[in-house]
Amino acid sequence: MNDRVRKYRNRMMMGIFIVATLIALIPLFGVLGYVVKNGFSALNIEFFINLPKAMGATGGGMANAIVGTLIMVLIASVIGMPVGILTAIYLTEYDRTSWFSILVRFATDVLTGIPSIIVGIVIYTAVVLKIGHFSALAGGLALSIIMIPLIIRSTEEMLKLVSHSIREAGYALGISKRIIILRIILPTAAKGIITGAMLAVARVSGETAPLLFTALGNQYWARSLNEPIASLPVQIYQYATSPYKEWHQQAWAGSLVLISLVVILNLTARLAFRSRNN
Amino acid sequence: MSKKKKLTASVGDNALRYLTLLMAISVLVLMVWMGWQMFDSARPSIEKFGFSFITGREWDPVKEQFGALPFIYGTLVTSLLALLIATPIGLGVAIFLNEMAPSKARIVVAFLVEMLAAIPSVVYGLWGIFVLVPWLRETVEPGLAKWFGFIPLFQGTPLGFGLLAGGLILAVMILPTIAAISGEVMAAVPNEQREAALALGATKWEMIRIAVLPYAKSGILGGVMLGLGRALGETMAVTMLIGNRPDILTSLFAPAYSMAAVIANEFTEATYDLYLSALVEIGLILFGITLILNVFARLLVWSVARGPKGGIS
Repeated sequence: MNDRVRKYRNRMMMGIFIVATLIALIPLFGVLGYVVKNGFSALNIEFFINLPKAMGATGGGMANAIVGTLIMVLIASVIGMPVGILTAIYLTEYDRTSWFSILVRFATDVLTGIPSIIVGIVIYTAVVLKIGHFSALAGGLALSIIMIPLIIRSTEEMLKLVSHSIREAGYALGISKRIIILRIILPTAAKGIITGAMLAVARVSGETAPLLFTALGNQYWARSLNEPIASLPVQIYQYATSPYKEWHQQAWAGSLVLISLVVILNLTARLAFRSRNN
Repeated sequence: MSKKKKLTASVGDNALRYLTLLMAISVLVLMVWMGWQMFDSARPSIEKFGFSFITGREWDPVKEQFGALPFIYGTLVTSLLALLIATPIGLGVAIFLNEMAPSKARIVVAFLVEMLAAIPSVVYGLWGIFVLVPWLRETVEPGLAKWFGFIPLFQGTPLGFGLLAGGLILAVMILPTIAAISGEVMAAVPNEQREAALALGATKWEMIRIAVLPYAKSGILGGVMLGLGRALGETMAVTMLIGNRPDILTSLFAPAYSMAAVIANEFTEATYDLYLSALVEIGLILFGITLILNVFARLLVWSVARGPKGGIS
């Protein structure tokens, strides 16, 4: 083949890859742009301190949904983080290669891959139907199931990065395994583990599907964890699909709050981890 | 060390060991329990309808008639459409990041692509309703109908809400998955491969085509399958954009319904046990498909990422 043709083709392909990358980023800026533009005009202090107004009425806020999301993410973290981190410790420190640990890793992958709405179904049939009503606890539980495999994966990666010589130094000093894990390995990997945990929190705080029939939603304040509770994503969904213009505005404002939360968590996690690697 | 102290140390050691083991077992139990819970709740529907559940076209809760074909159709068409769009673009992004971009640009673009994956599904849905759908209805669909109207896929009233909207939003959502996994396996291709091609006088594109892509092929396929798994189970954005009508129509402009969407919409309205059971069975089918896809995909990615390294890892 002619050299000029080859060079021309090379340049063309490189151009195509750049264009593909630009196309891929259009929706990102499209979504962010519209959320910021429409969200800001609807966002005010009332949004953060007031309850939702009645259908179609102007004003009102999503205070209860913001608090509801925080509560359920907290419940999910309280359950998901210990289970995830301890499992990862088992997989890296006690048993890396047996069929059992391979099976647990497989289960982790399966749990990562199943659609989040499935988690909602399971918690509905197993918890909500048994208790007889929707609740913040059921919602938090559903989110924790989504969180666990994410935490296992990220923690495992971080623990694997801890060099073997540090472990061996501990053994050489005659320190027990428990102390090595708790005092040496975990502190060494702490930053990475926290990074992973923040990304997991960012991920579950935007989840809608598993909350639809576990936490349900609530136009008012939930008085206990045993009651249906509002959350930002569910509220956004309900408002976006309603026919009222005022509610659409609220949905944009809610999205701006939700996206800010997600972006801040992602940025902080990434910057913290970068500074460690440098 | 005194005997007593040694004893407490080993008790502490065992405590941590068994605590972590217990958690690891609980993860395994969680997976099995979820599968069983789904199967158990779906059993009335499985026993009543058998195989006809999958082939039945009629979904009529009032007549206690449940056939899931329209939902399976909607899920498959939107997911395949998403794959068709996202695979080439995602591959392009992966090649740009791995083979072309200078390191500063790579960090920024990689972060932006990850943000694409971090945006919550419901926000995509909101954007879809108020930006994507009007654009499809007023510009894209009339345009497609004008130029390609002879193809049945592009006939009918441009409604905006429908298979095309669902497929497009899914493409955006699975693109980061495909780009990330493809990038990962490309990074696992040994540099000697690339250098050998370059030493033979290959241009950069020829190097990618000859040395990188064949090597990463099965891993890329794995990434595409993981993307498909995500598309099949994606709920909120599709529910908000697909139109939610259980019909099987050829046109991409037509409203349809997906498996996840019917669960999201009707679950809390299922007034009797068989209705609920039928919805759970749809979930069970989704669960089964995504499980199989994930297993295959992980195996493919694992075989590539593991393979070329060789030696000590």
